[in-house]
Amino acid sequence: MDDPVTGTADGPLDLGSWSCPVPLRDSPTLVLGHGGGGQLSAELVENLFVPAFTSGAARGVTGGAAGTGEGAGVLASLADSAVVSLGGARLAFSTDSYVVRPMFFPGGSIGDLAVNGTVNDLAMSGAQAAYLSCGFILEEGTPVETVARVATALGDAARLAGVTVVTGDTKVVDAGHGDGVFVNTAGIGLVPEGVDIRPQRARPGDVVIVSGDIGVHGVAVMSVREGLEFGTEVRSDSAPLNGLVAAMLSATLDLHVLRDPTRGGLSASLNEIAKASGVGVSVTESAVPVPGEVANACAFLGLDPWLVANEGKLVAFVPPEHADAVLAAMRAHPLGTRAAIVGSAVEEHPGTVVARTGLGGTRVVDLPLGEQLPRIC
Amino acid sequence: MKYLDEFRDPALARRLFDDIAATVTRPWALMEVCGGQTHSIIRHGIDQLLPPEIELIHGPGCPVCVTPLETIDKALEIASRPGVVFCSFGDMLRVPGSGRDLFRVRGEGGDVRVVYSPLDALRIAQDEPGKEVVFFGIGFETTAPPNAMTVHQAKLLGLENFSMLVSHVRVPPAIEAIMTSPACRVQGFLAAGHVCSVMGTSEYPPLAERFGVPIVVTGFEPLDLLEGIRRTVRQLEDGRHEVENAYPRAVPAEGNPAARAMLADVFEVTDRAWRGIGVIPSSGWRLSERYREFDAEHRFDVTGIRTAESALCRSGDVLQGLLKPSGCGAFGTVCTPRTPLGATMVSSEGACSAYYLYRRTGGARVEEVRSGG
Repeated sequence: MDDPVTGTADGPLDLGSWSCPVPLRDSPTLVLGHGGGGQLSAELVENLFVPAFTSGAARGVTGGAAGTGEGAGVLASLADSAVVSLGGARLAFSTDSYVVRPMFFPGGSIGDLAVNGTVNDLAMSGAQAAYLSCGFILEEGTPVETVARVATALGDAARLAGVTVVTGDTKVVDAGHGDGVFVNTAGIGLVPEGVDIRPQRARPGDVVIVSGDIGVHGVAVMSVREGLEFGTEVRSDSAPLNGLVAAMLSATLDLHVLRDPTRGGLSASLNEIAKASGVGVSVTESAVPVPGEVANACAFLGLDPWLVANEGKLVAFVPPEHADAVLAAMRAHPLGTRAAIVGSAVEEHPGTVVARTGLGGTRVVDLPLGEQLPRIC
Repeated sequence: MKYLDEFRDPALARRLFDDIAATVTRPWALMEVCGGQTHSIIRHGIDQLLPPEIELIHGPGCPVCVTPLETIDKALEIASRPGVVFCSFGDMLRVPGSGRDLFRVRGEGGDVRVVYSPLDALRIAQDEPGKEVVFFGIGFETTAPPNAMTVHQAKLLGLENFSMLVSHVRVPPAIEAIMTSPACRVQGFLAAGHVCSVMGTSEYPPLAERFGVPIVVTGFEPLDLLEGIRRTVRQLEDGRHEVENAYPRAVPAEGNPAARAMLADVFEVTDRAWRGIGVIPSSGWRLSERYREFDAEHRFDVTGIRTAESALCRSGDVLQGLLKPSGCGAFGTVCTPRTPLGATMVSSEGACSAYYLYRRTGGARVEEVRSGG
């Protein structure tokens, strides 16, 4: 096959003869990307779920807080957790379902993700999680020992995070109608007085802080995924962030936005905040902490570490006058020792995230479409 | 990281930028052949930092982008059949065929699986003897050797339930096609380093000689790219047109003899259609006669599928370097990664996708943005 070029182009190319496919219409069936935390997920939520859940409010149908104008507005804000008033208290309320495969991976399992994910969603409103519910959907034929390992991990994680599981549910589905163990948790917690942390509150001038190394969880899970096993010392960063957030709030109550960059990674979180607040976000690429092992794994898989999931990190938008104090408080906490200022909110290019590259160029940081796809070569 | 950070060093990059700026005296148009190079150039903003005299034209070296619609439709047809396990690298799943993609086929019940190596597909065939396992074998000289090895292994193992849908393409005939196009403006090439790590450099001197263009074998990290650009510009300014190897840490002159021997055993050269460009003679590989029993086109009798594409998008111009993605009327409006008109908007190596990801600024000029932090 190393013979010199044997063929010769048969005359010049006919530039009029090339052609291109018609665009794909919206898929009538769900594809995996609808759950990937990117644009497809956002469209599904904004165009299907939000209208379905809030149209009753528009028609004047009420049935408790969820049907009121306030409830509809809370849902439409699409924060990690909803903040609602009930009996004079401000409660943060959130739910999340966990379908991670494999269930056990370096540094964690579906059990501690189920606690930490919901605790962290609440923490992104500034709330300290108090109570959790826990629902299991189990597949017929799953070893009881597996369920026990998940339950034990979940219980241990709850104790570590300082939350109590107070209600639960168990369903078993026919073999082939589940994938071993699915877990759903919901949680509530009190939002401290004077705290108003929402994706809409970023302002030009805010300093953007990341709490530590990014891309760790996603790479740890991928390293043990069937068909992709590779040797790495990366372990999931799965951790409850309520303590770190409490430490930040002790520096100032005036945090503008918190987000934990799970699915879709840092890029998705920054884009969501930029769009929700109508600000531009400017990031210095070299300031974002990416561990060497994560960079390595992403380089050979053709993935972008900024799009890889985290389970124990947060990104914060902080008024500039409080940035130093918040950063110091984060670095004094075990989960924030590698915290770093990575950029700022700007008036230019509202809704868009722009990174300055290591060489001094610039690039737009986009919301991922759906699943990140490993490259061919 | 070893071999990663070293090749992204800003201070060394600055020196190469300065050297290039000191060398250039007039406009030059260079083509980087490989989509991986395009992605790296745009992602790191290299083109923004080069002297204005140097124009980088993005070449056709994205395997996803150039796989013809006909082949995609054959894949969709095979993947839809009951009893078939269709295995592919991930980034082929979103490439639109006539009206749908492999994600849709999977959503509709097809057994489409993402694998990370063709040997994974072989293992599935061994583990599930009741299924017909098909691997989508596309790509340039880089992906061809493992695919050749996989078919070779399948024959050794006597696997009767494994086949491959092959649409491999070769770089040198594409360079020839580009240079013989009347609209061609390319004056020098950054050859695709990883292709040369397999094939070596012997295919290029005849092309450099015939078309009077320098061809510099170039890697993918920022410093690799800058060194390739520097050497190409140096040659152009000197009036030379030679083949140089600026990526010696990965490319020996003879390439990888074992891989080439495997290619020669399993594949034979054939004419191949390139999506958006048309048929380029001798530009592809198909399974050779000895391995024809593993050819999915024959096994599933989809050789008759013919498709006619509409002429809505200009990816052909983009793939030939005649048009920058942002110069296309559909770019970023009708055509986005969410609703791609062409494969160049789908693959992460596609030029349109790279421009969309990194250069779309919502009305603001990126260059005016101040740095954060």
